[in-house]
Amino acid sequence: MQAVGNSVARKDGIGKATGAAKYADDLTFPGMLHGRTIRSTIPCGRVKSIKLDFDETGFTIVDYRDVPARNIVDLIAQDQPFLAEKEVRHMAEPILLLAHEDKEKVNAANVLIEYEEEEPLFDPEKSTQIFKEIDIVKGDVVAALAKADIVVEGTYRTGHQEHVYIEPNGVIAVPEEGGIAIFGSAQCPFYVIKALRCLLGSAHPNVRVVQTETGGGFGGKEEYPSMVAGHAVMLAIKSGRPVKIIYDRVEDMVATTKRHPSIVRHRTGLARDGHLVAMDIDVLLDGGAYVTLSPTVLSRGCIHAAGPYRCENTRIQGRAVFTNTPPNGAFRGFGAPQTQFAVEVHMDRIAEQLGMDPVELRRINALRPGDTTATGQTLRDDCSAHIVLDEAVKRTDFDRKREEYKGTNRTIGLSLFFHGAGFTGAGERNLKSKARLELTPTGVRIAVGSTEIGQGTRTMHAQIVTDALGIPYESVEVAQPDTSKVADSGPTVASRTCMVVGKILEECAIEMKEKLGGMTPNEFYKKNGGISVERMYEPPEWIQWDDHTYRGDAYATYGWGCDVIELELDPNTYEVKPIRITAVQEFGRPIHPALARGQIEGGTAQGLGYALLEHVVMKNGAMANSTLTNYTIPTTLDTPEMDVVMMENPYPGGPFGAKGLGELPIDGPAPAVVNALRYFGLDVREIPATPELLARTASR
Amino acid sequence: MKFTLNGKTTEVAAKPAARLLDVLREELGLTGTKEGCGEGECGACTVLVDGESVCSCIVPVSQVEGADVVTIEGLGGTHPLQELFMNEVGAQCGICTPGMIMAASTLGPTPTLDDVKVALAGNLCRCTGYSAIYRAVMKWRGMTSDDPSLRPVAQ
Repeated sequence: MQAVGNSVARKDGIGKATGAAKYADDLTFPGMLHGRTIRSTIPCGRVKSIKLDFDETGFTIVDYRDVPARNIVDLIAQDQPFLAEKEVRHMAEPILLLAHEDKEKVNAANVLIEYEEEEPLFDPEKSTQIFKEIDIVKGDVVAALAKADIVVEGTYRTGHQEHVYIEPNGVIAVPEEGGIAIFGSAQCPFYVIKALRCLLGSAHPNVRVVQTETGGGFGGKEEYPSMVAGHAVMLAIKSGRPVKIIYDRVEDMVATTKRHPSIVRHRTGLARDGHLVAMDIDVLLDGGAYVTLSPTVLSRGCIHAAGPYRCENTRIQGRAVFTNTPPNGAFRGFGAPQTQFAVEVHMDRIAEQLGMDPVELRRINALRPGDTTATGQTLRDDCSAHIVLDEAVKRTDFDRKREEYKGTNRTIGLSLFFHGAGFTGAGERNLKSKARLELTPTGVRIAVGSTEIGQGTRTMHAQIVTDALGIPYESVEVAQPDTSKVADSGPTVASRTCMVVGKILEECAIEMKEKLGGMTPNEFYKKNGGISVERMYEPPEWIQWDDHTYRGDAYATYGWGCDVIELELDPNTYEVKPIRITAVQEFGRPIHPALARGQIEGGTAQGLGYALLEHVVMKNGAMANSTLTNYTIPTTLDTPEMDVVMMENPYPGGPFGAKGLGELPIDGPAPAVVNALRYFGLDVREIPATPELLARTASR
Repeated sequence: MKFTLNGKTTEVAAKPAARLLDVLREELGLTGTKEGCGEGECGACTVLVDGESVCSCIVPVSQVEGADVVTIEGLGGTHPLQELFMNEVGAQCGICTPGMIMAASTLGPTPTLDDVKVALAGNLCRCTGYSAIYRAVMKWRGMTSDDPSLRPVAQ
């Protein structure tokens, strides 16, 4: 039996279902201390004095003066300190670290910090400090707008979104012979290593990061674990003992990254027959107090901002700006959910103004193979916008239901979307990801830094290797990511783990097969001993990208989706009850259908939460509702029936035709929901569409 | 303080106000029960006390004196839900899974899909959107529904 394309037994084993799987907080080490982070309680100002108001016996205390080399979380920019020195830029900024072997004592320790407060900036529209600007130009938007039959304008807003991985951030730093080991919940162990090298310098060259079983990430454990690991390492160095830092839910919600809030403005010119002739788009992202990943989030957001549509005159201008709020960062979708919310709601408003059916408007304009995107990329045969749209409309009986629901408290809406797989532009070429396959006495071992965070990395990688090498699935094992033992296959982000890392593994397996020369792994190992094959990713040669002009092939391929949502609205309370969502998505080919379906179902539920429930309330620069009692994510009772359709249109550059999938599903639900509300008669242009927002909208 | 834990009489030294969750994880070393929020909202710490599912993060250990407590370890790895959660991918990252299985295990022999949703309404999962969890639980009880979420995954 082929492994690829079948829902084979997962490499996770049974441990997650028996409680045997070890997450960071499940580990203890002899002599271990418990660490705690003391954080700023103002959004902007300077630290005047720090007073320790507790008995310091048995405590390890670290501040910025204990930084071994550089007080910088090394990411895109080098602006964020591990520990504030004098300047405080946001609420909950780390200032001081404490550790003690008694968890109760460390939690009870009182630290008094005096500040000189300064006027904070919370409004991104008023910010003059720009982290990144992007300008995408195709054709002549000004001339095309002047000639257009109709111009439709609109402004669309999205709020923060909190990841709510059920396992909060946590790491343990453990001094070991000749160095330090970090065990932690993380998506990108090699990001942590990079940050620690900068923090520690040459005095502590031997650090390694071991990924423990990770209780969800969704982007929230892409860059932030570097911060937590740096803190634990400094406490471990100073105390000489293992130090565990586990955030509680409130700390995790207040202090760590969130999805960037956005304001997107559209000015669109159309011919009377519904053809798009000009799209002028302005994207503003609230980056928070430090750069973190805002430039790349903005990049992906802008590239997706024109939606899956053909338009010869497009201009997309984007800015990510500073505010005195905790830095925003990676979150599944990475800018694209924000901008595709805007364009998809805008499309329904255009349809309304043209008196045209929204499906018809999309059929006229949706991208086809041979069309070019906003960056001038010519799409190939793996473009499926029309395929998913037609299937979703037919499957849901969209046209009939739309008529039938008129005048009732039920409504229906749809969205069409796409998502680029892998790093943007030259990203994959610059990254030079590597993967390694090692021969064992009984088979092979996959040695990559790509992490299993629930999405099925171990299993799908093993399936790819199984079929490419032609050995039994059971004889393929997957190494736990330990940066001292595995190849740096790049970060586990950007829907790249299957398509990109899987591809390198496929090539490794093909090379390994040649080396085995017809022998089984066992026969070869007995005769020649262990060997390994390591290869580097080479993106398709045809990819051309210019980072200065933002022209070219932004992504090697795209996944395509169409969501149709049916809702009921309570006309008195404005509560929205999703009844059914149909998610039609094309992502090349599913390697493991059950895991792939799980990505779509899970991403769709997160998207529905983003649309309707998940409201981050910011007060004085901090999340005011930082508990799961009042920041609500979908429960079983909030999640509707899901009809998932997985369509195939293989991408020749992916392993067995696979594209990336992880992020695609979260782009669609929010605009579909808001379009359904519009059809009900509510002119909603922002999310989350809470009952309060809908009541205000209705009374306008 | 004594109670029955996974079928065995157990004595613990913890303070009466200690959270049952901490006693299980730290004093007794049973780390299968997870902490997600510490306020009884997420259900990751669900255990059974006298057959009812409760959040062990908001139960002082003194409340279980003399009671019958069952944790995920008490299922012994042989409960059919455990294999079904893995095979149906009702477990993705797995952090909610022990609590989810404990809550699901309280369902009667012929639950409807609505019964399953109500039984699991106090258990948050951020990975699956719950559909695969329904597939696992309904398969365990041999129950069906015309909800498309329950359609088997095509092979």
